[in-house]
Amino acid sequence: MTEAVASAMRAPNNLSGGVDSAGRMSRARAWLQRNLFGSVGNTVLTLVVVAGLVLLLPPLFRWSVTDATLWGVSKSACVGDGACWAFIRMRLPIFIFGLFPPDQRWRVVAAFVLLVGFAIPVLRERTRHRWIYLVALITVFPVLAGLLLVGGVADLPFVDTNLWGGLMLDVTISFVAVAGSLPLGILLAYGRRSQLVVVRTLSVCFIELWRGVPLLTVLFMAAVMLPLFLPHGITVDRLIRAMVALVLFNAAYMAEIIRGGLQGVEEEQEEAAASLGLSWLKTQGFVVLPQAMRIVVPGIINTVVDLFKDTTLVTIVGLSDLLGMVEQALKDPAWLGLAKEGYAFSALVFFVCCFAMSAYGRSVERRLHRGHATVGVRQR
Amino acid sequence: MVRRPSRRARIAQWLVLLGLAAVAWYLLANAGENIGRRHIPFGFGYLGNTANFDIPFHLISFTPSDTYARALLVCLLNTLLVSAMSIVTATLLGLLVGIMRLSTNWLVRNLALGFIELVRNTPILVQIIFWYVAVMQTLPGPRQSIFLPGRILLNIRGIYLPAPVFGADAPTLGWIALALAAATPLVWRLRLPGSRRGAGRRLGATALLLPLIALGVLAFGIDDFDAPALRGFNLAGGVQLPPELAALWAGLSIYAAAFIAEIVRSTIQAVQHGQREAALSLGLKPGLVLFLVVLPQALRMMLPPMTSQYLNIIKSSSLGAAVGYPEIFQIFAGTVLNQSGRETETFLIVMGTFLGINLTVSAVMNWFNRRVSLQVMR
Repeated sequence: MTEAVASAMRAPNNLSGGVDSAGRMSRARAWLQRNLFGSVGNTVLTLVVVAGLVLLLPPLFRWSVTDATLWGVSKSACVGDGACWAFIRMRLPIFIFGLFPPDQRWRVVAAFVLLVGFAIPVLRERTRHRWIYLVALITVFPVLAGLLLVGGVADLPFVDTNLWGGLMLDVTISFVAVAGSLPLGILLAYGRRSQLVVVRTLSVCFIELWRGVPLLTVLFMAAVMLPLFLPHGITVDRLIRAMVALVLFNAAYMAEIIRGGLQGVEEEQEEAAASLGLSWLKTQGFVVLPQAMRIVVPGIINTVVDLFKDTTLVTIVGLSDLLGMVEQALKDPAWLGLAKEGYAFSALVFFVCCFAMSAYGRSVERRLHRGHATVGVRQR
Repeated sequence: MVRRPSRRARIAQWLVLLGLAAVAWYLLANAGENIGRRHIPFGFGYLGNTANFDIPFHLISFTPSDTYARALLVCLLNTLLVSAMSIVTATLLGLLVGIMRLSTNWLVRNLALGFIELVRNTPILVQIIFWYVAVMQTLPGPRQSIFLPGRILLNIRGIYLPAPVFGADAPTLGWIALALAAATPLVWRLRLPGSRRGAGRRLGATALLLPLIALGVLAFGIDDFDAPALRGFNLAGGVQLPPELAALWAGLSIYAAAFIAEIVRSTIQAVQHGQREAALSLGLKPGLVLFLVVLPQALRMMLPPMTSQYLNIIKSSSLGAAVGYPEIFQIFAGTVLNQSGRETETFLIVMGTFLGINLTVSAVMNWFNRRVSLQVMR
């Protein structure tokens, strides 16, 4: 073990050489001493962890990379003990687009490009009047994307939502749930802080009810019970039912986060605005809410990550998101026994998306902490 | 907030109420009409009917000739079992990973970070199904069981643990243990004799040792362990945890552990640095500083966020439906709903049960939190 460490330390030594390398060497040694071999206990820990990694990582690497099969059109191409990525490669379009007609898939791509285009100014820290872009994102964009995806207008043929699926469904459902629950969450947060007893009680009940039951029961209730509450003969699309459930469910969580943000805005801000003669609505709209929303961005991003992960639950109520598509593909008799590959792939896709979102959230949080001191400077 | 002592507020309030009442009336009227069309009167009387289905895993006896009500009890116990098991393991694993995250050892620290990031950023449903399909179902058959230390067997039929065999004096010891556990709240309020009246120290959280002692007493009643073993083509002896339970348990514990680890890390870091320095300057060893000074303070701060994680575990136990673990959601929103066709009643039962469990747990945890939170002025 120590030999490996020593050779790792020698490597930069050979490259550069000279006085500099000696300094770097001693620094490397100091780093190792401080971080890995500080004491007997520490050394033992390091050795145990390294031993564990040596036992675990090479087989994993062999399975996923060296012994894996990427090319091939049937399972017979997959020989050996490695992963059969050929399966994933063959099914990739279905995992991403679901059963969306192949010649219409460009519409999904176009909608996604639109989403990115609308979202960038909202996510960029330096955009001026960000709220305008935010409002556009949750009002104009859904209309455009909806027309694009559903079709039935102009030359676009109609695509039934039964055909939607895969990753595209996860993204669509997440977007609708966030866009719908954000305004509702703001209303509920104000409702919970309201001095009107009836409004406050209703808001508290609504929030606690949704937060007290599992999402799965909510989705199932929407799937089974919603038709019961509608007039006879009116049916609602299955996808829309799931979306309604997710909007209501998430609004409760959003409300609690936004309430935290509203509490984080100092009371002096409101008093100052009131003393300038602003009405309550203007005080909230121009002074309190913008500051509160800035504070809660990391919290909202956490919710979005949770929501995105939870969209997999729609599989259980019969919609085929990425996980559902993978599960269906695993049942294909031509590709049996590839559960590890299928689930590893879907886990990886979610990991990449969620990790990216969390990383963005963390960077916003850091800027927020640094930003407090400089807000005044920037405004001048 | 600017208070407007006006009638406007009151009128607005009534308008909101009126609007909501109208919507609710409309929805309920529709529901009533729809239910009426099906000629199935609303009511919970069907719980007394014979279930006619089997529940593969039950803690109390259950046969298809039992009632729906008994099925509900069986499922409730199954939900509580997997939740309790997961809460215990998630807490222990989360504590471990959270402390690893603060290790001075670079490798240990980053290993913990890698674990947390990997687990937190993948859906829990994918993890549970992965444990079930890609792990539990690929285990060898009973005859090629994997032997783990502690006489535990692992095979495609689940996990086999050694079962305790209780001796003749077990019932007596059981009553003693029960009495000890029941005495906990009383001892909690007990004051140690002080020099002046009422100045004695309260025992408080020290009373939590009693349930532990009770467990120890119970352990004395165990004569032997009945370890699982191969007999012919089958396994005999021991307790079997079905693969569905094992997968759900693993998925719930590991997922929650990642979140708990972050809670542990952030609360330990939030304990004032001065506390640690003061303890160190008193000559305490770093390990003792952690256990005597930092953790007791951090644990108090952890309670509220931990509570919400525990509630999440309970709620997520409904995902057992994806792997066929017979808990409330799987049996009631599945089998019972299909058999009886009573959507409204069944959903009221399912949601009411979860709401009830959650409200109870959060009430208990809030009470506990108030009890142990540091009160400076007292």
